[in-house]
Amino acid sequence: MSADILIAIVITLIGASTPILLAALGELVVEKSGVLNLGVEGMMLIGAVTAFAITYNTGNPWLGIFCAALASTAASMLFAFLTLSLSANQVATGLALTIFGTGFSSLFGQAYTGRPIEIFRSVFPPELVSHPLLRLVFGHSPLVYFSLFMVFAVWWFLRRSRAGLILRAVGENDLSAHSIGYSVIGVRYAAVAFGGAMAGIAGSCFPLLLTPQWAERLTAGRGWIALALVVFAAWRPFRLLAGAYLFGLVMTLELYAKASGGAAAILPSEFWAALPYLATILVLVLISLRRSGYSAAPACLGKPFLPTN
Amino acid sequence: MTNITRRASLAIGAAMLALPMLGGAALAQDEPLKVGFVNVGPKDDNGWTYGHWVGAEALKEHFGDQVEITFVESVAEGPDAERVLRELAQQGHDVIFATSFGFGDYVIKVAPEFPDVVFEHATGYQRAENVGTYNARFHEGRAVMGTLAGHLTETNTIGYIGSFPIPEVVMGINAFTLAAQEVNPEVKVNVVWLSSWHDPAKEADAARALIDQGADIIAQHTDGPAALQVAEERGIVGGFGQGADMSAFAPNAHLSAIIDIWGPHYISVIEDVMAGTWEADDEWPGIADGAVVIGDYNEKIPEDVVADAERVKQGIVDGTIHPFTGPIVDNTGTERVPEGETIDDAGLWAMDWYVQGVQG
Repeated sequence: MSADILIAIVITLIGASTPILLAALGELVVEKSGVLNLGVEGMMLIGAVTAFAITYNTGNPWLGIFCAALASTAASMLFAFLTLSLSANQVATGLALTIFGTGFSSLFGQAYTGRPIEIFRSVFPPELVSHPLLRLVFGHSPLVYFSLFMVFAVWWFLRRSRAGLILRAVGENDLSAHSIGYSVIGVRYAAVAFGGAMAGIAGSCFPLLLTPQWAERLTAGRGWIALALVVFAAWRPFRLLAGAYLFGLVMTLELYAKASGGAAAILPSEFWAALPYLATILVLVLISLRRSGYSAAPACLGKPFLPTN
Repeated sequence: MTNITRRASLAIGAAMLALPMLGGAALAQDEPLKVGFVNVGPKDDNGWTYGHWVGAEALKEHFGDQVEITFVESVAEGPDAERVLRELAQQGHDVIFATSFGFGDYVIKVAPEFPDVVFEHATGYQRAENVGTYNARFHEGRAVMGTLAGHLTETNTIGYIGSFPIPEVVMGINAFTLAAQEVNPEVKVNVVWLSSWHDPAKEADAARALIDQGADIIAQHTDGPAALQVAEERGIVGGFGQGADMSAFAPNAHLSAIIDIWGPHYISVIEDVMAGTWEADDEWPGIADGAVVIGDYNEKIPEDVVADAERVKQGIVDGTIHPFTGPIVDNTGTERVPEGETIDDAGLWAMDWYVQGVQG
């Protein structure tokens, strides 16, 4: 396997991982505040169709991403109103949001099937991406750099900022946070809105970064992978980054091994197909070996906040 | 034409139950024949399911008010298919078309419960008293695409993105490869299986993986244009439209397309049902019958290459060329078809081996 192929694999795996990473980062913050939003897949689809429609009509992918974030935030506010203000069941409401997002995006997207757009390429000058090694650093879409920045930003917010401390307090012990005067519902609204915006941006990766078209169910279940990844990463941003790239790596390696026509596939193709599952089992075993893995979930995750009780 | 998702089908089902009460005797005179379609993908997949949608439209065009069509989209190839099939039958559909391979077991399970309903299963092999099967000889189209690919490849490496290794897809890969080798014996075909009919992002990544490793032509047997778009972006020789013309997505890379025309089959089935002469048989029309159409050739293809592709197409139409003519050697070196012989239809349906030159 030559160096060029290795670089190509890394570039492809980063692309494949980016939407999952973005959506999972948003959901991580939501869950840290004590809310479980299973509507990630639906919000991603709303983001994807919005990003496509806006980019198609205006030719401006930045505006497309911004509107995708807005649209998915609006959808997440629907979820927030039902679960936080009306204390509806979070699991059922989240699933309903996914179904809504799937249906809404197919309906809204009907006018946009069969139309291509331009892919949202690297914004660096072409001289900087001429060499494969330089491409590894500068050759990505701005969405990729944004996702990496957000890993750091979310980590800093949760671990180093006062607002992050309050958010974690709300997620770990809502009644205590409430009793010392923090607005539990307000914090959770903000967290859900952030999760919505991130899911929308994650959705925009599909038409802008991966496959510049609109097709129904374009995200093909990536939102569920993002949800699983949050648990997988034990609610830690940098572990989330590692998890998303590991997942992207096994997915991409499988494709490259098969595509090599046997040249690089020292192992049979069935092994490559099984690799994502083997990796999952391995990581779960490693996580459960660590004692801290057990209590990693925010204590109030998924519980409605009813201060009168 | 009603166009509904499977969730909405519940609500519409309830509404339909209420309809006869309103219509009364006036409807009983010439009630339209109710025709249902169960599809694996969305109508807007720009490919396979879209082709069936066009077929359903042709039905509507031909019969007008005599038919009433329900088009159910995005039904998973699992137990949910059984529910959708049963629901359509219970709602009084007279003919139900199940348009994906994976629906087969469920059609066979549901059909005996509704002996008066005609079931037609696309790309299937299991038949019963009221279950017929139909397909199109896509491998004939693949042979024409393979001829183009064999002439046009510069790296002699062709990528092929497959969905599931079912006979339908395997025979397409083999027909494509044999035709390519006929004009260019050096051709190698690398196959990537995706285990999905509709995952555009994965299709695109598979195309990237193939192109990064030397493929300069990409063929695909999945339902959308994602791979073609990557071909366009990377500026390789090109790829092919699958199921429909996809040149809008890749004006430079789109070499030609295999276009599925289901309308004539759907019309003939409905005519037979109306006349009471329908029988549960297997229909397998090809290029000669107009069920498989070769799309426009890209202007950049040299004239002699187009002429050679047309030669293969014409040969298939008039029967002088069979896409599977011996000697055929499989990719383990075993001779499968001796010189001068061809593979019959039963043999095609049992195909679970690759010809020499296929790596996957």
